[in-house]
Amino acid sequence: MDFDFSDEQHELRHQVRKLLARWCPASAPREILEGTESYDRNLWRAVAEMGLTAIAIPENYGGLGLAGLELCVVAEELGRALAPIPFSSSVYLATEFLLAAGSPEQKKGLLPRLASGEAIGCLALSERSGVRRPAEQVTAKVSKGRLSGVKTPVADGDVATFAVVAARTDSDDAPGLFLVDLSDPGVQRETVRTIDPTRSHARITFRDARAEPMAPPGPASGIIDAVRDRASILIAFEQLGGAERALEMARDYALERIAFGRQIGSFQSIKHMLANMYVATTLARSNCYFGAWALSSAAAELPQAAAAAHLSATEAFQLCSKNSIQIHGGAGFTWKSDCGLFYRRANLLALSLGGPRHWQRRLVDSLRSAAA
Amino acid sequence: MDFNDTDQEAEFRREVRDWIARNAPTELWETLNSFSFGQAKMDSDALMRHSKAWQRKKHVGGWACLNWPKAYGGRGATPIERVIWQQEEGVYAMLSAVFTLGIGMCGPTLLENASEAQCRRHLPKIASGEEVWCQLFSEPSGGSDLAGLRTSAKREGDEWVVDGQKIWTTGAHYSDYGLLLARTDFTVPKHRGLTMFYVDMKTPGIEVRPIKQLNGQSEFNEVYFTGARIPDAQRIGDVGAGWHISLTTLMNERLAVGGVMPTGFPEMLAFCEALQTDAGPAIEDPDICAHLAGWAIRHLGLKHTSNRTLSALSNGKLPGPENSIAKLVISQTLQEIAHYAMSLQGDWGILVDEADAVDEGRFQAYLLRSPGMRIEGGTDEILRNIIGERVLGLPADIRVDKTMPFNQIPVSGTAPSHPAAARSDVVDNRAV
Repeated sequence: MDFDFSDEQHELRHQVRKLLARWCPASAPREILEGTESYDRNLWRAVAEMGLTAIAIPENYGGLGLAGLELCVVAEELGRALAPIPFSSSVYLATEFLLAAGSPEQKKGLLPRLASGEAIGCLALSERSGVRRPAEQVTAKVSKGRLSGVKTPVADGDVATFAVVAARTDSDDAPGLFLVDLSDPGVQRETVRTIDPTRSHARITFRDARAEPMAPPGPASGIIDAVRDRASILIAFEQLGGAERALEMARDYALERIAFGRQIGSFQSIKHMLANMYVATTLARSNCYFGAWALSSAAAELPQAAAAAHLSATEAFQLCSKNSIQIHGGAGFTWKSDCGLFYRRANLLALSLGGPRHWQRRLVDSLRSAAA
Repeated sequence: MDFNDTDQEAEFRREVRDWIARNAPTELWETLNSFSFGQAKMDSDALMRHSKAWQRKKHVGGWACLNWPKAYGGRGATPIERVIWQQEEGVYAMLSAVFTLGIGMCGPTLLENASEAQCRRHLPKIASGEEVWCQLFSEPSGGSDLAGLRTSAKREGDEWVVDGQKIWTTGAHYSDYGLLLARTDFTVPKHRGLTMFYVDMKTPGIEVRPIKQLNGQSEFNEVYFTGARIPDAQRIGDVGAGWHISLTTLMNERLAVGGVMPTGFPEMLAFCEALQTDAGPAIEDPDICAHLAGWAIRHLGLKHTSNRTLSALSNGKLPGPENSIAKLVISQTLQEIAHYAMSLQGDWGILVDEADAVDEGRFQAYLLRSPGMRIEGGTDEILRNIIGERVLGLPADIRVDKTMPFNQIPVSGTAPSHPAAARSDVVDNRAV
């Protein structure tokens, strides 16, 4: 039994944390929040130069050919630092879609550029509000190799080089997956305002844009589910990192702040709030570790592990980020406090990849079939 | 990351499996498997008989108290081997409940603090199940403030004379011996005036009265001491060292209790799976699904937390603080699950008899037992304090009586009235 990261993986964590301390201090997400840029280009370059964008890409496509565990370690650190870069879109989603469903030419054309960080990919799936299965909400259409439709919100759609798009065709009932170069004249995109501008989102309008089918052609819902399961474990690690950092900030403040002649952390109301944050974070960490194992061993439990990790980490990050503001008091609610950055990110990630309803159903269904 | 045993662990597991297959009381499997929390399905005499028989067999076979030294009836096994044994013992571990305090808490306390003669005299008998032990710590006025206990032990020559009352003593009514924490000095601060003893429960002057609990069962007792005489040879450690010794017991309590508790989630999932509503299967209902998912992540999170602990043990490391959360999470989860399951049963939710009630009244039993679970072995509040103070490094609660001589500490009923109460008196007078 060895339910922990290896020494090499711990060393990787150390290196990534060092890199982020240099390139992604608390001021980095704040500059994106307050400025006009959609992501931090210097940070993106540093992350790519360290090879983090190349981790899961096979060596023959210019990558490092490592398994999912290393990505989990990186994700946790990026989440801790609230890194304002399109890493999840490009690495957890676009890269994984190419690996799972790209044609040999598509892989050869894009994977080396993704590995070097020169290209940025995104997933254009969402069209409408409400809880729906990913495939069912698709109305975008491809006819004779030309895509029309509107996708929103698309994470990093405003800065990506290309998009993996779910769209219907004349011949198939279920939507398929298409690759679209976002510099195509038929593509129009605008940044949309969201609860967390440090992770940019766009509305993309396609008007007869050139769209290449991905392989295998035909219904794509199985591939979408599989890729989203894997991505949700990595997002869960980002959430875990954020939760733990928010808890640390709140704990440090509770030790530093004096009221009624005592450190506020000596009051049970505050102490118990922090204890609850610790409990939620510990459960999330354990569920995330199970996710990491399932991801790296392609276990049959992957859907269950993905849903549990994502829901558990969502709960922990939301709890820690909102209680952190509460413990910081009025100061925590000000614009200049970093508490707000964590609160925004926690609530954004809670709705990533389908939101809690989707993952609750997936978790319960997978537990039912496991029990049957 | 890998869930598999090392070669050595796998070999040990094979050995355990083999022995259990040949020796376990397999005819009891079904009955034991249908036990649920707060609802035993065997009368207490039969349970005690089967429990003692299984413990004796384990002792003879060399499988009792695995981590104790061989000289005291154990096996000298590693922590990971102990865990493997627990996993393989499965439902038969239910037969060890009556020995939980003796083996899990009193034994380790003796091991660490008692004399060689005391250990040799009692530990092998605890290991074989011949002696059942209980723990005489809590008192009516103490609650979570354990060091505030008032039961006194006064020295008379080679004996101590004990007067006072203990409460919440699990299993005192069937125990042979009890570990007793008593006050031997009332003039020093409370933590310094305590001494640890053990007593023969048949000593004259000890009276055990079972407490009928909220759920109608009686697992706990009140124990009255009226001039009970204990030989000094049954003192553990120095006079005045009782508090320090009790901490080893309490730390072992959390380990002993944490390992055996159910969350109720698998039963809840099965219940919802079978339940039908007007709109179809209940489990398709998004509200039910959301609730189940919420409990599932706690249930799975605890399971994987124990896997992390296991990894640490397996790699020869000590488990981290993550283990301290189990009872806190489990007791609340069990109570929430009980409430929700019963709300889904409509009018029938009130029925408790096995024959009438849904799922043989399992959730009703959880409902009526779980409030106690949130208190026993450290209340939710104390556990959160421990996490806050020992894990997160927050300042300790302010304890105004910590340095005060014990006989000067205010007791319940003598506290000065609250300023707010005095103010409302003034308002009332003026209104008159």
